[in-house]
Amino acid sequence: MYETIAFYLFSALTIVLFLITVMSKNVLYAMTALASGMVLISGFFFILGADFLGVVQLIVYVGAVMALYSFAMMFFDATRDIKEKNTPASLVFLLGGLSALVLVLMFAAPIHSEAVQALYPIHEGVGNAQDVGIVLFTKYLVPFEVAAVMLLVAMIAGIILAGKKMDQSLTSDMDVDAEDEILTQKDAK
Amino acid sequence: MIGLSHYLIVSAILFSIGLMGVLRRRNLLMLFFATEVMLNAVNIAFAAISHFYNDLTGQMFAFFIIAIAASEVAVGLGILIVLYKKQGSLDLDDLASMRG
Repeated sequence: MYETIAFYLFSALTIVLFLITVMSKNVLYAMTALASGMVLISGFFFILGADFLGVVQLIVYVGAVMALYSFAMMFFDATRDIKEKNTPASLVFLLGGLSALVLVLMFAAPIHSEAVQALYPIHEGVGNAQDVGIVLFTKYLVPFEVAAVMLLVAMIAGIILAGKKMDQSLTSDMDVDAEDEILTQKDAK
Repeated sequence: MIGLSHYLIVSAILFSIGLMGVLRRRNLLMLFFATEVMLNAVNIAFAAISHFYNDLTGQMFAFFIIAIAASEVAVGLGILIVLYKKQGSLDLDDLASMRG
């Protein structure tokens, strides 16, 4: 009963919030809607019994990724509305209709449900974190290590890409006088 | 009662929303938001299948998707900052500098 109510509440709210994310002209509104939608998606994970996944979703997505986005927004001009020439609606409708058709075909396709066997079954009476940990550190150890190396590479790439010329302001329009001023300040130092 | 198909339908709707965003957006930052929506939709489908087939593999894939999304955001935002320093805008039409 509660699961049903929670499911319908979460799905309606998530769909509305993600529609705001996709449709909004304001970066700040889009980012806030995306963050709250991700919180609600972690609610889906808690309903489904994937507790650890829900916690990771909260920490990584809502904590780290959205904080990264909000830091990046300080480099761009976030308060101004985005003026963009969107793709013509007829093309979007054509491509969206085609992808919807593909989705319907995928759902209507016969699934061999009986042939599917649980490779790493979920144990009753064992916490989800223990279960996940055992499978992750035995069967998926190599992908786990590769993911760790990938995160390290991404961190170094992010630092090097974003860290160059951090002393220059991006948002204020730098005219020649201001540049000269900065240069004279540097010379003074 | 909520079954597997309910979750899959919600996931498909969210994925379609993200796909629509990818198709119609021209601002690179908004394009990134749309890809995040798509990745989250896929994660819901993985968690639901993992729950209803009583198998942990789906949750494992969701973890790796989250790791990939995190590194994608780190590298992508670095590239966006460099691009904004170079071009002064994040619009895809302004970036089409190679006219064939």
